[in-house]
Amino acid sequence: MTSTTLDWTLALTVGGLFATGVHLMLQRSLTRVLLGFILLGHGTNLLLLSAGAEGDPLPQAMALTAIVITFGVTTFLLALAYRSWRLSGHDEVRDDLEDRSIGTVRERDDFEPAAMPDETGDSDEEESEEEDGEGEERDGGREGKGNPG
Amino acid sequence: MTTLLLVVPVLLPLLAAACSLALVRNGTAQRALTVVVLTAVLADAIGLLLHVDREGTTVVALGGWSPRLGIALVADLLSALLLTVAVLVALAVLLFALGQGTTDRPALTVTPFHPAYLLLVGGVGLAFLSGDLFNLFVAFEVMLASSYVLITLNAGGERVLAGMTYTMTSLTSSLLFLTAVGLVYAATGTVNLAELAERTGGLSEGVRSALAAFLLVVFGIKAAVVPLHFWLPDSYPTAPAPITAVFASLLTKVGVYAMIRTQSLLFPRDGTWWLIGCAAVLTMIVGILGAIAQDDINRLLSFTLVSHIGFMLFGLALFDLAGFTGAILYIVHHIVVQAALFLVTALVVSRTGTAALHRLKPPAESGERPGPGRPLAAALFLVPALSLAGLPPFSGFIAKLALLRAAVIDGGAIAYAVAAAALVTSLLTLYAMVRVWRVISVPLASAAATAGGRALTVGAAAGMVAVGLAMAAGAGPLVALTERAAADLSRPADYREAVLGTEGGEGR
Repeated sequence: MTSTTLDWTLALTVGGLFATGVHLMLQRSLTRVLLGFILLGHGTNLLLLSAGAEGDPLPQAMALTAIVITFGVTTFLLALAYRSWRLSGHDEVRDDLEDRSIGTVRERDDFEPAAMPDETGDSDEEESEEEDGEGEERDGGREGKGNPG
Repeated sequence: MTTLLLVVPVLLPLLAAACSLALVRNGTAQRALTVVVLTAVLADAIGLLLHVDREGTTVVALGGWSPRLGIALVADLLSALLLTVAVLVALAVLLFALGQGTTDRPALTVTPFHPAYLLLVGGVGLAFLSGDLFNLFVAFEVMLASSYVLITLNAGGERVLAGMTYTMTSLTSSLLFLTAVGLVYAATGTVNLAELAERTGGLSEGVRSALAAFLLVVFGIKAAVVPLHFWLPDSYPTAPAPITAVFASLLTKVGVYAMIRTQSLLFPRDGTWWLIGCAAVLTMIVGILGAIAQDDINRLLSFTLVSHIGFMLFGLALFDLAGFTGAILYIVHHIVVQAALFLVTALVVSRTGTAALHRLKPPAESGERPGPGRPLAAALFLVPALSLAGLPPFSGFIAKLALLRAAVIDGGAIAYAVAAAALVTSLLTLYAMVRVWRVISVPLASAAATAGGRALTVGAAAGMVAVGLAMAAGAGPLVALTERAAADLSRPADYREAVLGTEGGEGR
């Protein structure tokens, strides 16, 4: 049975990495989310390393495996964020369109098919302009960045 | 021989994935390889199931390292049974994808589809057979990493964002899982499940509960348990239909499997666990209410998927033999039925070009002339739909009956409350399913009839429906088998014995 005493510096570092990571992951920008994921990954690996006694090889092996996995996934996420930026000109996580359209249908009975937004972007623009300020702000930001793709 | 049986479901798909990548220039060879490999894995899984049923829990210590140090693959009845059903569904969905890919789905003919699909199957196999917690984490990563690729294959803007949501949620849960592994190791000094089962009993009550709850949250995210389900209905329906089908049937079930495995083995308890009971009620009710509100068929089905995860938690919450039996039976039934529903919906959508209910409105409401009926699609949808709602004589009825019976045997207030929620959910499921069925059975004349639904796709969908029917027809042996699997689960000591027993008292 290994009993470990996690020293305070390490505990605070792990806690700090977790807190910052989670905070960043809750942002709308994919780049920040990605950075948050990296920090959270570091925190986890550090925790894993400190889980064993001094010189215990097993946590080190686990941390190495985890580092490789996080590394691979990070490259994938970077590619995805880049793709998203190329395709839509922004890297913001937006509200789900279908969620919104369902949220705006008040009465199922006088539910006009025409009121439903199409899969195409046009009617979605109209839809989101009717929304509260948050939605407008986000849409405005997206248009401001333009579309390089 | 035993080694081969246990190793094939993991190594063969992984090796084949590598070969498949090398075959990028030869589409036909790639397709043939995937079909052959999955068929071989299915045969192996059936062999493993028969072997385990005959000989009991089977263990292979990879590389000859003792399970305490090295990686052990462990197959008990539960893992062998789920592996068989999972590979069967994966094969059916693959055939469906091949049928579609040659006609109207460019997303499924692009290069990474086959390697990623094989990796997914390998990951699922490893998850079911994994004998230690860290290896389970690796299995989840293999499975999820390929699912990230599959969900964003050939993706446009919307799908990239949906894929991003899915990826980030899964990754967060993976990091939490890793944190849990670290904490478990710090508390007990091992990650081997059998060894953990020996040691968790010695932990203080607080640490034990914290670890149990932590693992519950981790697998709860993966299994889309309410309130951790938000990612699922936003991401699954955006993927190409066959991919949605395989994700819906397999990935969440692997989460439920991990939950059942860890809770029953590491944190055995007497009597019901109110926490999982509450989660079960919430999951069932919130999920099905969400389904009723939906307009898109695939999203509706995704919400029913969330809802029906609650039934599996129901069995786990009871924490006894009858409860486990019900949960396992429900998982097996649901894997098949959910895949069948998604595949049949894909058939319909490929003909009508839309999955939105309001566009598929029945003729009576829209005043349009009804088109020619779709008796085949209607029948193929109706059978799994009624099964999902739990109508006799279909497999859903058998699974739900087992759960309700377990609740009555338990007799506690929590058990009855969950059972009541389950009945309400079943009724609402029926309502949601009928909403879909009435629009797909009699289409509008104006509904665009595009090409699609070749023999292979129809065959694969019909095959899944037939498997569901076969499960109902062979309910006797199936229930007996799940009862034996549940009996194994409720005796953690046997699992320990099987994995560590050969070593006697050796070790620490």
